[in-house]
Amino acid sequence: MASSPSGAATTPAPTITAPKRPAGTLYRGREGMWSWVLHRITGVAIYFFLLVHLLDTALVRVSPEAYDAVINTYKTPIMGLGEAGLVAAIVFHAFNGLRIILIDFWSFGTKHHRAMFWVVIALWAVTMAAFLPRHLMHVFGG
Amino acid sequence: MTTEPVEWPRTARAATRNRGINWEKWGWVYMRVSGVALVVLIFGHLFVNLVAGEGVNAIDFAFVAGKWADPFYIVWDTLLLWLALIHGANGMRTLVNDYVYRPKVRKWTLRALFASTAVLLLLGTLVIYTFDPCIGDPQSSGLQELCAGR
Repeated sequence: MASSPSGAATTPAPTITAPKRPAGTLYRGREGMWSWVLHRITGVAIYFFLLVHLLDTALVRVSPEAYDAVINTYKTPIMGLGEAGLVAAIVFHAFNGLRIILIDFWSFGTKHHRAMFWVVIALWAVTMAAFLPRHLMHVFGG
Repeated sequence: MTTEPVEWPRTARAATRNRGINWEKWGWVYMRVSGVALVVLIFGHLFVNLVAGEGVNAIDFAFVAGKWADPFYIVWDTLLLWLALIHGANGMRTLVNDYVYRPKVRKWTLRALFASTAVLLLLGTLVIYTFDPCIGDPQSSGLQELCAGR
């Protein structure tokens, strides 16, 4: 916990000293702020992929050759790693989104939003542990 | 010097709107309702396209044709398109409102966002509902058998 001048009422002359370092983490808000900033970053990343993905899928209306040429680039190692990153972003955004809903509609959620952030991270880790080996085997031919 | 009494509230209230549709509220509701649906729709999409069978290696024109031969996936993908793109665009609207300070730039950014969303919704819907598995050369998609009678 941060060095806050608690119980200042009983002290005759409280001396206020500047904290040696910012309280909490970089964004100060700890789990709440980190979940917020991660939700934004993953959301923007997913949005821009969605724009690209709609356009590449639209090529099925052009010709099989055009669609296959573009979709084959999705099977290369670099794009395969990109897909792993995309899925990581989607899974976090999905679970944290459900956490936000629980905070909004359930008093328990508001009270325990920090614990729920770590539940989100744990669920994310479990999902990625299930997804990554299989996907990387598909991409790298294991 | 006299002090002029100021009636409460001391600051003039911004004109609140009590009539009409509260779009901000429905946007907020939409993010949560569509979010729950998208968790199911996108996780299903990712499983079928990246996990099941050969994963990403199985995706080609014939794979898409196979999916859209089933009305189930036409409905699934239509829901994905509309729910995800509007969810994403509404999220981007929030970011534009947060970070684009200059009113003129903000206005035009929001208009561009709205226009691109409308165009992509139209394009995506047309692609799904006018899809022709026998477009181009069926030789290259391996669908000669299916397209032989056409």
